[in-house]
Amino acid sequence: MWAYEKKLEYPVKVSGPNPKLAKVVVTQYGGPDGELAASLRYLTQRYTMPTSQAKGVLTDIGTEELAHMEIVAALVYNLLKGAPLSEIKAAGMDGYYADHDRSVYFVNGDGVPWVAAYIQSKGDPIADLHDNMAAEEKARATYEHLINLSDDPQVTDVLRFLREREVVHFQRFGETLNIVQDFLDRRKVW
Amino acid sequence: MRTPINREELLLRIQALEFAALDLNLYLNTHPGDARALADFNQISAALAQTRKAYEQAFGPLMNYGHSLSCGRWAWIDEPWPWEV
Repeated sequence: MWAYEKKLEYPVKVSGPNPKLAKVVVTQYGGPDGELAASLRYLTQRYTMPTSQAKGVLTDIGTEELAHMEIVAALVYNLLKGAPLSEIKAAGMDGYYADHDRSVYFVNGDGVPWVAAYIQSKGDPIADLHDNMAAEEKARATYEHLINLSDDPQVTDVLRFLREREVVHFQRFGETLNIVQDFLDRRKVW
Repeated sequence: MRTPINREELLLRIQALEFAALDLNLYLNTHPGDARALADFNQISAALAQTRKAYEQAFGPLMNYGHSLSCGRWAWIDEPWPWEV
């Protein structure tokens, strides 16, 4: 069961309509290393985790990723809100506009829709936790690319918060991996 | 007497407290024996509950499904929604 909180995890503001920036930020909504993928990956892997601690980590991080999905949606929504068609065209978002107007949809920066094949649930906790650590690093790298592309300081501020959360999640998954490896008594030295 | 605080300021305070609680929650999942973190978590959670109550009394429910009261009238559907900034 989930309950909704009528607030964002982190405040979102944008300086004004900016379809060019919306076009790339949307990848963290529906792209391969975006927040939808992150949330669904963790929430679906938790059922086959062997320890209560690992089930807790996946439940809580999967839930925080839902909040991040909402933050990214708030960015995209506000960057498209009131954007003139001429700017949408100039940003190469006319294809997106044809199907979605100024709504928020699960695509990457090139308009490719989200697919479940982006995520994994192997049933092997060691494989899944390594997959999650890689996912956090890929999301961190994507946020760094978006920060490089951003020309709106208010958007950059939000992207920096989201980037930092990937670093914290990576740390927590690494600790979880150690705990699960101890539990399974097959700790490996790399 | 303290001057009444506006909605945005109170919301920011809730966001800060809840973020601290969330981060401690994640930390405690992998460090359940850390007594200092546990004490921090409980202290922050209590402050969060208090701040949340003050917000809800002035500006309406923060949560759905029975986690917040809606006294007098159904205020859950009042604007603004979180993405309307």
